[in-house]
Amino acid sequence: MTDNGGKNHLLEALHIVKTFGSLRANDDVSLFVRPSEIHALLGENGAGKSTLVKIIYGALQPTAGELRWHGAPVTIASPAAARKLGIGMVFQHFSLFEALSVAENIALALPGAFDIAALSQKISRISKEYGLPLEPSAIVGDLSVGERQRIEIIRCLLQEPKLLIMDEPTAVLTPQEADQLFLVLERLAKEGCSILYISHRLEEVKRLCQSATILRQGKVVACVDPRQETAASLARLMVGGDIHVVRAKAKSQSGKPRLVLDKVALKQDGPFGVSLRDISLAVAGGEVVAIAGVAGNGQSELFDAISGEKLLAREEALVIDGKPCGRRGITERRKMGAAFVPEERLGHGAVPAFRLSENVILTRYASDKNLTKSGTIGRDAALGVSERVIKSFDVRKGKPDPEARALSGGNLQKFVVGRELDRNPAVLIVNQPTWGVDAGAAATIRQALVDLARGGAAVLVISQDLDEIFEIADRIAVISRGQLSEAYPASDLTAEKIGLLMAGEHEVKEERHAARA
Amino acid sequence: MDAATAILLTIVTAATPLLLAALGELVTERSGVLNLGVEGMMVMGAVAGFGAGLLSGNPYLGILAAILAGMAMALLFGFLTLTLVTNQVATGLSLTLLGLGLSGLLGESFVGEPGVRLPKWLGIDILIPVSFILVAAVSYVLFRTKIGLVIRAVGDSHASAHALGYRVILVRYACVLFGGACSGLAGGYLSLAYTPQWVENMTAGRGWIALALVVFSSWLPWRVVVGAYLFGAVYILAYTVQTFALGIPSQLLLSLPYIATILALVLISASQRLTRSNAPACLGQPFVPDR
Repeated sequence: MTDNGGKNHLLEALHIVKTFGSLRANDDVSLFVRPSEIHALLGENGAGKSTLVKIIYGALQPTAGELRWHGAPVTIASPAAARKLGIGMVFQHFSLFEALSVAENIALALPGAFDIAALSQKISRISKEYGLPLEPSAIVGDLSVGERQRIEIIRCLLQEPKLLIMDEPTAVLTPQEADQLFLVLERLAKEGCSILYISHRLEEVKRLCQSATILRQGKVVACVDPRQETAASLARLMVGGDIHVVRAKAKSQSGKPRLVLDKVALKQDGPFGVSLRDISLAVAGGEVVAIAGVAGNGQSELFDAISGEKLLAREEALVIDGKPCGRRGITERRKMGAAFVPEERLGHGAVPAFRLSENVILTRYASDKNLTKSGTIGRDAALGVSERVIKSFDVRKGKPDPEARALSGGNLQKFVVGRELDRNPAVLIVNQPTWGVDAGAAATIRQALVDLARGGAAVLVISQDLDEIFEIADRIAVISRGQLSEAYPASDLTAEKIGLLMAGEHEVKEERHAARA
Repeated sequence: MDAATAILLTIVTAATPLLLAALGELVTERSGVLNLGVEGMMVMGAVAGFGAGLLSGNPYLGILAAILAGMAMALLFGFLTLTLVTNQVATGLSLTLLGLGLSGLLGESFVGEPGVRLPKWLGIDILIPVSFILVAAVSYVLFRTKIGLVIRAVGDSHASAHALGYRVILVRYACVLFGGACSGLAGGYLSLAYTPQWVENMTAGRGWIALALVVFSSWLPWRVVVGAYLFGAVYILAYTVQTFALGIPSQLLLSLPYIATILALVLISASQRLTRSNAPACLGQPFVPDR
């Protein structure tokens, strides 16, 4: 399954070593990609996947080792050199220019002259051909995440690549968008373009890829055919042990409602926002309620409304533990026992340049008496909290009290969630709890959310990840175009049913009711 | 020449140094670098231009020296902020202080000397049509060519530009040097055409106004023309009103351009549409490539 002579491989990476200071990010890694195959590169965050593909794409130079292209040794000195060879890459964090138009963004990646009109036509043609709708003159800053990814893909396709590297492409996509992407990738592979597919979503890899190289702590631990494996066996290889499965749920006793939304309405903010209409929901102590939905249907607006970043019109629209608080600010709501974890962990959930202990103070200075005393900061107390969170959530870090930005995404997410859970809140609202987080960390976070609810708290999870929702939620509601469906018991719902609700089925039904009445 | 034409001409003359310096800074800022040293580069251009013109007797050599002096200052700024990654704001401010001090020292023997004057062309300074050609050229390059696209891309997201394989630092050096050349030229215009003599600190805050003009123009070259001519008019107004002896203190009149600058900036910042749209997202942010 691994090396067979080298002649049949499009790309070979042989014994690649890359060190950053004392860290061996890649330690004798070898990778073989055949023509026309979709090859998965699996691994947890920090396993060395990104380092390896950056080396292949010429953005980093290996400390030792060799790259071969069509069997011949090559040095890939820069991304431009990689593109010349026929290697294209779609980054996880898009390398796009927000102030420029779609066509200008693509022109920047192409060598040579610059003819926007001709290029725009070419873009329109390819976008039609592959079913990737895109308007060449649109300004990138106005586009959704899915549309931005399409720019990157079309940008690569214009160069007619032999190898397309996709770095966690579905982490930012809705299930529907992901399905569409898989069709494009399968078609590309059929047309002779190999794809190096980086992911930690195992189901996806099983469905899409013909072979998989699995990395753990900078080393290759296996090279397998994912179709012959189970998700569990892949996960074991990735993590190096069994993935913790969220504990079977005890039947949740129906507690008192601790978080109540009563006809919450909020006007949209800016041309790309969504208006919330008539949202009612009650979350009882002891249960996890999840809100599913395609991104951009009002999730962030709803989070802002509940957290108090946007105040509501009526005090009674939001009730926390029996107390109306729709007109009160974030700090007031925190004092009432609520805790919030926003979607964006770096910048919104934590200040990048602040140390973890300082970030602890930011959300808890008002609710936690030990952290501030008559206006001065209790450093020791903050450090204590931060160390407790780090320990109980296994946050991995380089130095004792690092800046938030020094942590990897998964570790920072564990910290941000852990910081709120450490308060033992009465009500917790989390937006996208495991976005871009590896399987191990995601399992830890999900377990913690369930445990918190079983301890009597009301937990509201806003998520786009249906697997996650079915794993932890007792009841599920679906948000679509700023309206929320009824919350159904999780056992009554299937992914198909949720898909229908996402498409706005409940609205249709309600309209029919209204018509009849 | 009738009175209206004469007034218009004085306005144009007063506006041209502002236009040149602001245009250079606009290109610098479009690439994501904030160079607050415009005043320093300008005044060095003025002293070098005057000196070279005086010693050689050739005003064109003076202009060349002015451009080179501005570029030398810009190169120093670029080396500090781009190669050594010092803070751009602090470095720009010290560049201004350095330029003011150094030009005073170098120009000590020039004070009171009659300088050479740049010949006129059909009754106007040759640098006036040159300034318009420069505006057209900058506008064309920035928005119609790949080089301009790369400059805007580097200013919008240096990390993305780097990921695509563009040499961010090199592009920024080029833009900083262009900015220096324009500022030097603006200084040379002051000491070789506007008032052909050397006076210490003769730029008199024009570098700062040029900086404000870049924001006023919301980083669009043709709007710099509008801004520069508006400010040129305010300058001339301040001087003209003085001659009528209306009892307004001359200090107040002379501060008119600066008051106008502040007012313009306040009005601009009130409109989010104007400020947000074109401001380079990476303006003033240092860039350090990956290991």
